[in-house]
Amino acid sequence: MINNILENSAYWGIAVSVVGYGIGVILNKKLKTGIANPLLISIVFVIAVLLVFNIDYEKYRESSEILSWLLTPATVCLAVPLYEQIHLLKKNYKAVMGGIISGVFASLISVALFCLMFGLDKGIEISLLPKSITTAIGMSLADELGGIDTLAAAAIIVTGIVGNVMCRGVCKIFKITEPVAVGIAIGTSSHAVGTSKAFEIGEVEGAMSSLSIAVAGIITVAAIQIFA
Amino acid sequence: MKYVFQFGVILAITFIAEMFYRYLPLPVPASIYGLVIMLFLLVTGIIRLDWVKESARYLILIMPLMFIPAGAKLVTMGDMILPVLFPVLITVFVTTIIVMVISGRVTQFIIKKESKNDK
Repeated sequence: MINNILENSAYWGIAVSVVGYGIGVILNKKLKTGIANPLLISIVFVIAVLLVFNIDYEKYRESSEILSWLLTPATVCLAVPLYEQIHLLKKNYKAVMGGIISGVFASLISVALFCLMFGLDKGIEISLLPKSITTAIGMSLADELGGIDTLAAAAIIVTGIVGNVMCRGVCKIFKITEPVAVGIAIGTSSHAVGTSKAFEIGEVEGAMSSLSIAVAGIITVAAIQIFA
Repeated sequence: MKYVFQFGVILAITFIAEMFYRYLPLPVPASIYGLVIMLFLLVTGIIRLDWVKESARYLILIMPLMFIPAGAKLVTMGDMILPVLFPVLITVFVTTIIVMVISGRVTQFIIKKESKNDK
């Protein structure tokens, strides 16, 4: 019955997604923890709706197509905040670029080594390689190189949550105290999801972290070609 | 009207990016060409920030919604993911910490070295 109504509606997929995201944002505010990530909650919500009403994933994908369609122009727009923050890059460019480039290589090398150690196949490895960069870039990059975009998106979201929850503790243990360094560490390792925590720590930390998102993304696109 | 114009500029750049993607033999997603082209146009002053600003902010604000369809596809991938779930989670967790420590320590090292040189 509900299955039928939904199949005849062109918009339900977007509606379910938006409702799930709304629930996620509310829970995130109430629970005040990075684990209650709005995107994670909305994905769980959509999956729950599909399973409970026994709806085919393809049906959902068709009616939420415009969301995926908007992703390319939205990713292009990441240039705008990067342009607005470029003065921060110019001010400390050696430290910022040095930190981000070493982070990008640390990420690619450590992921490749772990995949080798666990004997994971190439498709999974390629999907995990861009896990520290923003979902927009990482997902399409994994797809382009023959990985699985969904696995890449899931790994990227989990990475963001790990970074968000762990960043204060990690920076303390490893004595990363300089605000610029804290921001670069968070943004390079855990993209926008970590960056929201960086803004809670401080203004400079937040700004440097959000600068790292686009810079680390672009560097990864170039560097990953060696590994994939 | 402002938003229509801004969205038009963004879509025009996206279209040019798609052409780059189609005709350049590199494994680079169209969106990355677009990002670099947009940055180039802004830095050189060919387009002004207020030609794209509000619409760009809005698209970035609602961007998480655009990942939901890809994420929900996990529902079809249980057979593939479950056997590798544990090693994948360990990999994701440990490598995130490694990247955080290395990028932070390197940045801090260079900042301290530079401020010493200034003195």
